[in-house]
Amino acid sequence: MATSVGGMQEKEPQFFNKLGRTTVHEGELQRHSVYTRFLHWAYGIFFFLALLTGFAIYLPFLFRWFAPAFGGPANTRMLHPWFGLGFVFFFGLQAINWWGPMKWTDTDSRWIKHLPEFLRSAESLEPEEVGMYNGGQKLQFWEIVVGSIVYLITGIVMWAGARTFGAMLVAISYILHDISALIMLFGIFFHLYQATFGQPGTIQAMTRGTVSEAWAWTHAPAWFRQMTGRDPRQALEQERKRRADRERAIEQLSRGAGQGGGKT
Amino acid sequence: MSDRKTLQTEQISGHPGPVPGMGMQRDLEVCKLIDTTTCIGCKACEVACVEWNDLPFQPTTFDNTYQTMPETNWNYWNLIKFREHVRDDGTLMWLMRKDQCMHCADPGCLAACPADGAIVKYANGIVDFQQENCIGCEFCISGCPFNIPKFNPATKKVYKCTLCSDRVGQGLEPACIKACPTGCLHFGTKEDMKLLAERRAKQLRDVSGFKDAGVYDPESVGGTHVIYVLHDAQNPELYAGLPKDPSIPFAYKAWKSIFKPLGLIAATLGFVGVVFHYVFEGPKREQPEVPPRRPEPPAGRREA
Repeated sequence: MATSVGGMQEKEPQFFNKLGRTTVHEGELQRHSVYTRFLHWAYGIFFFLALLTGFAIYLPFLFRWFAPAFGGPANTRMLHPWFGLGFVFFFGLQAINWWGPMKWTDTDSRWIKHLPEFLRSAESLEPEEVGMYNGGQKLQFWEIVVGSIVYLITGIVMWAGARTFGAMLVAISYILHDISALIMLFGIFFHLYQATFGQPGTIQAMTRGTVSEAWAWTHAPAWFRQMTGRDPRQALEQERKRRADRERAIEQLSRGAGQGGGKT
Repeated sequence: MSDRKTLQTEQISGHPGPVPGMGMQRDLEVCKLIDTTTCIGCKACEVACVEWNDLPFQPTTFDNTYQTMPETNWNYWNLIKFREHVRDDGTLMWLMRKDQCMHCADPGCLAACPADGAIVKYANGIVDFQQENCIGCEFCISGCPFNIPKFNPATKKVYKCTLCSDRVGQGLEPACIKACPTGCLHFGTKEDMKLLAERRAKQLRDVSGFKDAGVYDPESVGGTHVIYVLHDAQNPELYAGLPKDPSIPFAYKAWKSIFKPLGLIAATLGFVGVVFHYVFEGPKREQPEVPPRRPEPPAGRREA
């Protein structure tokens, strides 16, 4: 059951498919398996737990008031490494899960070059060659892969402390751990924004597991082609035509029926 | 100490002339002077420290020297470090150095500590750990250039020499000073101790033939409130690794005080960025989206 329907490139372990289900409604495509969604929210929760406990240690001057929520400063410090391990563990599984679809290609390099235009929303459609993930998503994924490795190594050095690794290694780890955290914090704002306000209709991919076909041909055209076998641009034109026809038909109907109930 | 300062009379009503006793209070900063040249390694100071601070003793490691244990410990804050040193002329020297917290004027442990109120520095120069506020992160250990703070795994707190702040606060000398039988330990104001140390160093140079004798009071940590007289001040490393130029890691100085807050502001720009992206550009919707209102599209809105 490694790869199943069409372009699904994610693992679908039996256990998780028994645990939950993905209902694909009419006009929708399955984007994420139950397993993928579980992993996402597992490391998502650990990320924020580690972030909040980390803040209390990062800049106590500003954020020491986070600590009482975790049972005081000493408990906060005790919990932070475990939250971090939780994040790295579940994200590590996700990295294995997504290793294939996240492979960097020329398409992604081109995408990154055109980033300013995408930021300006100059074009309402993703380039036709963009598959399941665009260059930006892949960039963030690989940043988190590298960042997690940095977190893990420097975190363990600081956890075991100077009495094990020596003062200099701990001091270096302290800086690298901070940098990794800052980059990831910077990135998470874009992730949250794109999943919700920035691209409406996206978050359901990680909750119910599906996206609308319209979402797919707009934001991941090559993936749409892979999943349905249809051309994304043609599908969009067909939809435009269908809507225009529908409007025309409604207009005709309402004209034919006088001022009556033609509106519905 | 601080009471004597704060309760000192500064102004008197209806009093002619200057305030009596004004200026009598001398240097507020205290200092411990350790004359390594007269230390006989008797370890009375070690015992006094353990006794006064009520520290539990435990079996130690014997390393074939006149040293009680390899390093200071969470329950052993004061250790005579022992080194055999062969001089250029082939003669042997026994170097005894009383190792404990140096009470730096610019403490690396305090700079590294992220816990509110876990490390304090008093006006008299004593750097003290407040274990009830310690979170056990051990950053102080990596911030200290002298390898002094020690972690107790049972309590998950870090401990070190307090310079007997409890005794000094009551006008007493630290326990180690009281116990020293040779008079190699002195305690007083920083100014007096420096003077005494320099005089002893001069005597060593002029009379005893130690040409490089000098005082160890490293400027790189702003000076310390524990100073040494050494036979060879040019090579403090001889004395069981006393650093010549002790320094606090960059991570706990410029990085912590400047780059950390700046970095956080930079990361928060991500949030500002997405908010204004939504405000200026709006969402990127699935196509075909509902077209903008036909009669009069709002000015400045791009056509989809």
